[in-house]
Parts: sequence; structure tokens; C-alpha cells
Amino acid sequence: MAMLGSINGLLMEGLDGDNGWSLQHYVARGGYVQLRRILENKVTQEEVIGEVKKSVLRGRGGAGFPTGLKWSFMPRSFPGDKYVVCNTDEGEPGTFKDRDIMRYNPHAVIEGMAIAAFAMGANRGYNYVHGEIWEIYQRFEAALDEARAAGFIGQNILGSGFNFELFAHHGYGAYICGEETSLLESIEGKKGQPRFKPPFPASFGLYGKPTTINNTETFASIPFILKIGGEEFLNLGKANNGGTKLFSVSGHVNRPGNYEIPLGTPFATLLEMCGGMRGGRKIKAVIPGGSSAPVVPGDVMMDTTMDYDGISKAGSMLGSGAVIVMDETVCMVKALERLSFFYYEESCGQCTPCREGTAWMYKVVHRIENGQGKPGDLDLLNGVLGNIMGRTICALGDAAALPVQSFLKHFGKEFEYHIEHKSCLVPKDVQWAGSGFHKV
Amino acid sequence: MLEIEIDGKTAQVPDGSTVMDAAQQLGVYIPHFCYHKKLSIAANCRMCLVQVEKAPKPLPACATPVTNGMKVFTHSELAVKAQKGVMEFLLINHPLDCPICDQGGECQLQDMSIGYGPMKSRYTEEKHVVFHKNVGPLISMEEMSRCIHCTRCVRFGQEVAGIMELGMANRNMHSEITTFLGRTVDSELSGNMIDLCPVGALTSKPFRYTARSWELQRRKSISPQDSVGANLVVQVKHDAVMRVLPRENEAVNECWISDKERFSYQALNSDERLTKPMVKQGGEWREVDWNVALDYVAHGLKDVSREHGGDALAALAAPSSTLEELHLLSKVMKGLGSSNTDFRPRQKDFSADSKRSGTPWLGMRLAEIADLDSALVVGSFLRKDHPLIAQRLRQAAKKYTKVSLLSVGADDQLIDFHARLSVAPSQLAVSLAGIVKAAAEIKGVAAPSGTEAAVVCETCKQIAQSLVDGEKRAIFLGNVATQVDQATQIHALALELGRLTNASVGFLGESGNVLGGYVAGTLPSAGNARQMFEQPRKAYVLMGIEPEFDCANPQLALAALKQANLVVFMSAFKHAPALEYADVMLPIAPFTETAGTFINTEGRVQSFNGVVKARGEARPAWKVLRVIGNVLNLNGFEYNSSEAIRDEVIGKGTEFVGGLDNGLNGVTISLSSVGNEGLQRITDVPINFADPMARRAPALQQTADSTAPKARICADTLAKLGLNAGDAVRLAQGNGEAHLVAQLDNTVPADCVRVAAAHLSTAALGDMFGQISVERA
Repeated sequence: MAMLGSINGLLMEGLDGDNGWSLQHYVARGGYVQLRRILENKVTQEEVIGEVKKSVLRGRGGAGFPTGLKWSFMPRSFPGDKYVVCNTDEGEPGTFKDRDIMRYNPHAVIEGMAIAAFAMGANRGYNYVHGEIWEIYQRFEAALDEARAAGFIGQNILGSGFNFELFAHHGYGAYICGEETSLLESIEGKKGQPRFKPPFPASFGLYGKPTTINNTETFASIPFILKIGGEEFLNLGKANNGGTKLFSVSGHVNRPGNYEIPLGTPFATLLEMCGGMRGGRKIKAVIPGGSSAPVVPGDVMMDTTMDYDGISKAGSMLGSGAVIVMDETVCMVKALERLSFFYYEESCGQCTPCREGTAWMYKVVHRIENGQGKPGDLDLLNGVLGNIMGRTICALGDAAALPVQSFLKHFGKEFEYHIEHKSCLVPKDVQWAGSGFHKV
Repeated sequence: MLEIEIDGKTAQVPDGSTVMDAAQQLGVYIPHFCYHKKLSIAANCRMCLVQVEKAPKPLPACATPVTNGMKVFTHSELAVKAQKGVMEFLLINHPLDCPICDQGGECQLQDMSIGYGPMKSRYTEEKHVVFHKNVGPLISMEEMSRCIHCTRCVRFGQEVAGIMELGMANRNMHSEITTFLGRTVDSELSGNMIDLCPVGALTSKPFRYTARSWELQRRKSISPQDSVGANLVVQVKHDAVMRVLPRENEAVNECWISDKERFSYQALNSDERLTKPMVKQGGEWREVDWNVALDYVAHGLKDVSREHGGDALAALAAPSSTLEELHLLSKVMKGLGSSNTDFRPRQKDFSADSKRSGTPWLGMRLAEIADLDSALVVGSFLRKDHPLIAQRLRQAAKKYTKVSLLSVGADDQLIDFHARLSVAPSQLAVSLAGIVKAAAEIKGVAAPSGTEAAVVCETCKQIAQSLVDGEKRAIFLGNVATQVDQATQIHALALELGRLTNASVGFLGESGNVLGGYVAGTLPSAGNARQMFEQPRKAYVLMGIEPEFDCANPQLALAALKQANLVVFMSAFKHAPALEYADVMLPIAPFTETAGTFINTEGRVQSFNGVVKARGEARPAWKVLRVIGNVLNLNGFEYNSSEAIRDEVIGKGTEFVGGLDNGLNGVTISLSSVGNEGLQRITDVPINFADPMARRAPALQQTADSTAPKARICADTLAKLGLNAGDAVRLAQGNGEAHLVAQLDNTVPADCVRVAAAHLSTAALGDMFGQISVERA
């Protein structure tokens, strides 16, 4: 099991591996009680949304937008179809939490979506699953079958008259389909490309109907919020940063994996849960929120708490909660080259600055890494990223530019060294030693 | 209304306007590539980024809705920095091969790079190369590295042409515009993508590398090839037409033209042009001077008239002739004592002629199509016969108009139809009667007498209901509806349906100047286009007509022409088959070389001047006819200009002709004659075969629309006939036959064979809509 530990865990509480995912186990853990309570006790839509607002649950997909507020944007009285869509298109390098939620606790997502649908008056839902996690998609389909058979989704749920049809839909692995409007395009059978906003999905979403899109973890948190109450959930974390959150820790730690901890937990604690730095080496840098979040120097990170505001203060973003830890053996130029390659590859090609800019940035970083750097390249990179940021249709442009900007800001010296000496500041044998593959 | 301030200028704009709309209203220019007023908003080029007060980031003007009190700065530091940044990105992978680019001099990217581009590029990496594509004979995609991915061509296909033939494949910098699996672009409107392309990625295959844009003179003209009367810009160099482009006229052609109109110009410069008058003497053709030829013609016609009477003369003109030409032709003939002049060669049923209340027309203005609540088109290969009207209906159908089609084939019109019926030609009238009856039932009134035999089907009810509902409704009669045997019955039934539902009734019109023919008084009082061949005459004058291709029954026409003593062939082209039966060939000027007037199907009078000198010794037909009149000593042939003729016919300064009325007097509905046994022929006139110019345009002749005719038959009928798709078949009508290949086509109604007209391989056949036999060859 990839999930290794938790403090006050909610989503992953009581899970012990691949057997606990089924409906029987979920119900045994107290699952679907909240959906039943809402429908049978005639809890109102406003009360549900109010509870979510009280919890200050912030979107777990990366942007951190308050979920309750998002739900309240939905025109509940709009006649006709409305949709809730779950975004399990987890493609951000370093992020692997949603697939574990889907693997170990899929019914939490289903219950969360059903409650969300009830609260927003939606009658149809889709869960868009990343194309590269096929077995997870299959498990979710199996969970849907169970839920449908048990009457937790479908027509006239639990005899309440509330209808909610939920479907799984798998993509084909394009990162851009994790952008909510591309995801909608993709569900509609079109090429996954972001739409221009406005109009926002709440007014013009899937098939042109009001739609709310939330992350898997967000939906999975909903039953637990309603179970313990919004206030209690908020208190698990800290002010403005309610609840627990899954962090996907990868990189140079002893035990990489998913960790569910209350927001506000010090990074040092998280690192300790992961068994500390591999080989006891010194921490060099951390990307605390998925590859698109700015990199933070290790020493700054050690003084940071893991919550939206804390990481923001450290100059980065909590993002999706993917913590990429790098030790002193890492060449930052090489690391950035890989990141830039990813964004270059995954740019959808629709709008000019991202299509052209991501390729340009990658080519320059690639050149520097390969000893072809030129004086002025760093200014050029800063100039190019400046022309991307804030000029694109979706956030991928910013996501591609932020790593470059932060790497240059914090580790500019390594880049300068590369350009001047045509080689790494971190000696090759040190890099190999850190890789774990090459023993010198 | 919302108030907005752009660069200090304030404007009131309607709700829902974008910043770009407001800027255009104010006359403020915002640079852009992907934005086009006729296409959906893509906001992908990012060139139109502007600063909006209180917005932290620059916003795209094309996609940003105006909010009340918004303040926009298009030239602030933030805006200009953003625009320049985008320009730099657009140029990094662009080849910068302007000196050898066909778009050079008329390229938006080139123009804009002067205003916003850097003097020197910071980009030193390899440029991206995009492989070229072959998408057919019209659009060149040889230099796709120039593409800036604005997707205007893609959106045009999806939204205007109604078919997505181009798309953007792949992601990131490897995005490229391409067709699906290497297919060609076959839309009849595809040439407009060339105009839309802001760079030199899509260029015109026939035009490229023949001239630079700055060498060309732009002259206005009007298209004779479509009843819409598309406004054109004809670009000329050294007295040759090099290119034809649309001239924007929202009320007529918006900013589009069909490929036929765009590429037919190739014929004007072809070797097939007739450039000298020719006379056949002793079976030998001789080039002669004009005075000899005209003398010959005048005396020849006069002799026939004297010896056999005026009725032994007949004249047939193409409906794409100008108003002036049609008027003078009929005037010359009248001077010779003949009233056998007609301009409707593809029509068979003329029984409405003496019963019309006025000039048949569209029944409304073209621009009003957009406001219709419902429309019924009867008897039309809509998309290919009327590409621009089909486009208007397509747009209307996308909004709320319920468009229905009752026709003789179910081929895809790329319109989201409310309902459609596809029936055999002989059933067209009775099916329309079914709709009339359904409408009467809905209205709770008695069905018009004569419609008793009609059956009301579910689709009939649906169509009738759509015409009853709503406020603005229209019934349009297409080419097929005027060409079939029961054209007058269909007309009368349409009027009944119009009367019952309050819908307007109109004709789409077969060619550029059908109305001109009616207005010019070219209507025959004795022998019409049918009779003049059924009862062979001694002498014929053909103007712009190629009877093998343009007549309802080429068999009949050719037989009559071959027995005549004198056939005067007035044409811009040396039409090879005519060398056999013609006696005189007079080279007349096509529309680019003469002044004249076309009246489009909405009654709009559009006069134009010649854009180049007449080729060789070709002369405008109105001048030729004028001189014939002079030689014959006829009165009233002292015209000094085409305007003088026009003013004589419709008065000076007329914008829309009067007397437009589709009404009929004294036509009784009678469906008893209906019921055609055996196999019926359905004939379409393929778009690129429809007129002598298009037939001679090499590029058009290579398109998918120009494939040689096949015998198209549905599966059931094929089986009934014991044929297989791909079989060589012999088709026979009267005493003529054609050898074609049978093609499985399930859009053809049962017991019908669809065989295109206007092609040599089918010219020996008879009536466009009549009985035909098919057997294995």
C-alpha cells in the first residue's frame, strides 16, 4: 500500500490495503450514512453548502478555491440538466494522491459527489479518470456498479425522489485535460483544449449546462466534513486552511508515499514521517505543490508549515500537495530541463504564448544543460517566461513559467556556472551517488 | 446598453458586446489574427491583449465582455508589452520568407510585425518545420511552417461551410493544421479559407506565383454564376484577370463566395476563348472580320424571316447573360418578327408563363433569411446549386430557424434540418400537396381542391406545423422545382401552402440573371425554350448557351439545331461540338469584359463595368446586338452605352426592380397526371459543370465536385435491376444513350437513377426528369 501514514486521517482512516475499497467495507466504516441522513432527514441544500462553507474546505486540485463558495455559484434553480464533474485527471508530475483515494476509498468519492449533486441540484455526474491509471478506472467502475445496485446513485435514491446518475469517463493521459474546461471538452468528445473564460463552467459548462468541477480529494472529503461537522473539520487544520490533506511525497526521502496530515503540520514533521532524507543527505530544495509550484530552498522549507498560507508565505503554492524533495546531489539545471520538457510536451498548442513559449524555454534550458549555454540566456529565459505569464487562455502557461522563474531565482548560480563552465556545479559523481542507480 | 471607454473615447454598446466590438464601433484598431467577425471567438492568438482597468492581467479584447463603466487601454505600456510579446512568439517559428511568400504584401502577420515585431529576433534555436499537405486543386498547403494556428480555417469549416475538413492535430509546438487522414478539402466554399488565412499558409493554388499583390489592380464586379449576385473584387494585371475575391456586401454575399465563382476566372484566360468571328462556308470554318460576320448574320436571319416568317426564328440565351444583352436579343428578334426568345434553357414546363402576376423572385430579401422562424425548400440540390443561400440557411438553422427540405435526393446538405423528405421527381408535387393538406388540417380548413389524392405523412405534418408556427416563414422553390414536368403545379401548391400558413413563396433562381430575363421582356409569347426545339425552326440564335450541357433535353435541342439552316452561336468560348451545327460564331465578351447589369433573385439591381479589355476581337454582346439591329435597319438601336439600355428597361437609378410577384392566376391544381411508371431519371447539374466558364476552369475540373457522372442508384433499385455497384451500364432515353458506371448511392430515391447533366458523357440523353432505362452494358 502506497499510503504510509497519517495524523488524524479522515479519508484514509481505517484503510489497510487493497481489500477495504468495496461497498461492504465502506459501509462498515460508516459510509453512505451522510447521504442517507441528508436525504432521509430532508436536510436542505443550503444547510449542506453552509456546512461545507464552515469547514473552509479549499479545492484540493491545486487552485485552493473554497469549495463551499464554488458550490454556491451554481444556479440551483436553472431548469434542465446540471452536472457535477470529478476531476481525477491527475497528471501533475509528483502527484499521486487521487489514484490512491480512488483505489482504496472510491465510495467516498461517490458519496461526496452524490451529496454535492444534491446540494447543487445536479442530476448527472462524471468522474474523469486519467488515462494512464487504467486499473483505477476499472475499480471505480466496479464501485459504481456496487453503489448503483445498492441504490446510492441512480433514480429515486433511497426513496427520496432525488435522482443522480454518475458515470466514469477515462481520458488518454493528456495533462491539459486536468484543466477543468479541457476536461469538459474531452468528455464532450472533442480535443482537450481549454475554453476561454468567461463564461465559467458554473454558467456554461458540460454540454453548455451549469457544471461544477471539483477534485477527487475534495469530493472524498465531503462525507467526512458532514460526519464530523464543518467546524470540527476546520479545527483539524488551522484558520482558513480547514481539514486534513493528502501529500504525495516523492524524491530523496526514505519512504516516499501519500501522507494524510492536518493542514498546518510543519514540513519537518512530514519529512520525519517519510523517514527523513535518504542517506542522511542535506536537503537542497523542495517543490511543495506539484511540479508547477515554484521551488523552495530546503532551509526555507524546513521552517514552513504545510498549509495554503504557510507555503504561500515561503514563496510557493500548496497546489495539489505533491511534495518533491531534492537533496544536495541534484543538479538544478537538469531538474529544470526535465520539468520544462514536461510542460513543452503537454502544452495543448492552442494559444500562442504557451505553444511557442514552452518550447522556447525548454530549448534554452536544454542547451544550457548540454553545455551550449550563452551569456544572456538567463535574461532571455526571464524575458520569455514574462511574456507567457498571465497571457494565456489557461493556467498551463503560468505552470510552465513558474518553475523556470523560481529555479532561476533560487539557483541562478548553478545556471551561471553551467553557462560559464559547460558543466554542472554539482559534480557528476555526486549526482550519480544520489541517483541510487549508479554506485561509484 | 453599456458604457465603455477605450483610449479615452466613450461608447454605448449593446449588452453582450465584447471589447473588440466596442473598439470597432469606436474606430479603434486592436491588432488581431484569430478574431473574425463571422467566426466564433477562439481567443487563441492573444494578439488583441489590452489593458483593462482593475484587471491584473492584460485581457483579450475579442473575448472579454464589456461591463458597464469599463475602461480599456489599447496602447498602454502593459498592453503594448503584451502585444509585442505575442508578436515575438508568433515570429519565432515563422519562416520569415516574405520575399518568396505568395501572401507577401497582403499578409496580416507581415503588416503587424512592422508595428509590433522586434527588429532582431532573440530566438536562436532551430525553427519548427511543418510538412506540407496536398488538400486538392484549390487550396495550397505547401508551406505549413508559416501557419500561426489561429484556426480560422478550422472554424470556417465547422461553422460556415458546415463540415470540418481541416482540424488542428497534435499538441504543443507540434500542432498542425491538417485534413483527416490526408483527405482533400472538398467544400464548395473552401476557397474562403484562403481569404481567412492571415498568413501565407493557405494560398490559392491556381493563383500562387502568378503575380504579386501590389502588381494587381482591384476592380469591382458582380458574379453571373449564382442567383445571389455575389459582389466580387476582380484583380487584374496587364489586362488579364489574375484572381477573383469576394467583395463584402452583408446584404448579398456577406464576405463569402463559392469556389465556382472564385476559380472560374481561369477559363477567361484559356486557349478555348473564341477571339475572332467565324463563318462556316462550304463546310469549312473561316475567320472573318466583324462586318462580314454581322452582315452574314443579319442577312441570314432576315432571309429566313422573309421566306418562312418570323416564327421560323428562335433565340435562346443563358440566364447568366446581362439584362442589356437579354433585352437587345429579344428586341432584335422582335424586329425580325419573332417572339421566340427565351432564357430558361433547363426548364420544361412553361404553363405558368401567361398566368404570372409579376416577376418571380425570392419573395424576400436575402438578409431576411436569418430572421426566419421556419423555411421549406422544395426541389433543390441546395448546397451545390446555391452555396451561399445554403450557407445562410445553415446559419439560421443553427440559431432557431426550422429548415425543412423536400427534394429528390437525400444527399447531405450540411444543414441541421428540422425535417426532410426525399422523393422521386414525379412525386414532388404530390408530396408537396401532402404538406398543403397537413397545413389545412392544422388550420382546420378544407384542403384546396385538387389535393385530395395527396397522402399526409408524419413528416408532412411536421413540416406543415413548422410553417404554421412562428411569425416569419418562407417557402423556397429550387432549381429542381422549376425543371421538373410539374413545375407549375409545384408553384401553385407552394402558393396554396403560403396562403394557408402565411409563409412567403419564392424562387431561389437558377442563375445570375433570371430576374433580368423576366424584367427585360425576354419572355416568349410563342415558342419557349421547349417549343423552339420540339417544333424545329429554320434559324437559331444561341447566346452563351452550350445546348449539349445547358438544355433540359439536349437530344431534342441538338436534333433541332442540326436541321436548321442557320445557327448563330454567340459565345466567349470556341465550343467544339458547336462547330458541327453552328454556321456563325460570334466572340462575345464574358462578364469581366463588358458592362452590364444583373438582377439577383431578391430583385437587387447590380450594374458593373468591364474590368479588362475584351480579349482578341471579342465584343460585348450588347454592342454586337446593337450593330445587328443597325444592319437590319431596325428602329431604337441607337444606344451608346449599356447604361442607356438598362435605363430604358428599368429606369435610372433603380435599386430594386418593381413588379416582383410570385402569384399565379388561373392555375388549377390537378394531381391526376401524376404517377410515372418505370425508372425515372433524376438530374443534378453539378456545380462545376453548370456554366461555360466553370466547365473550362482547370482547377475546378479537378475537384471532387467535378468527377465524371455515374449512374447513381440506391441498393434496392440496384438489386431490382439485377445490377451491382461498379457495373458498366447503358442508359437510354429516347434515341440517345450513355455509357456509365453504376454507383451505389442510397441518397437516391427508389426506382430512380441519378445522372448528372452538363457533361459530354450524358449529353446524348433526353429530359432531365423523365423516364430512363438502365441495363448492363
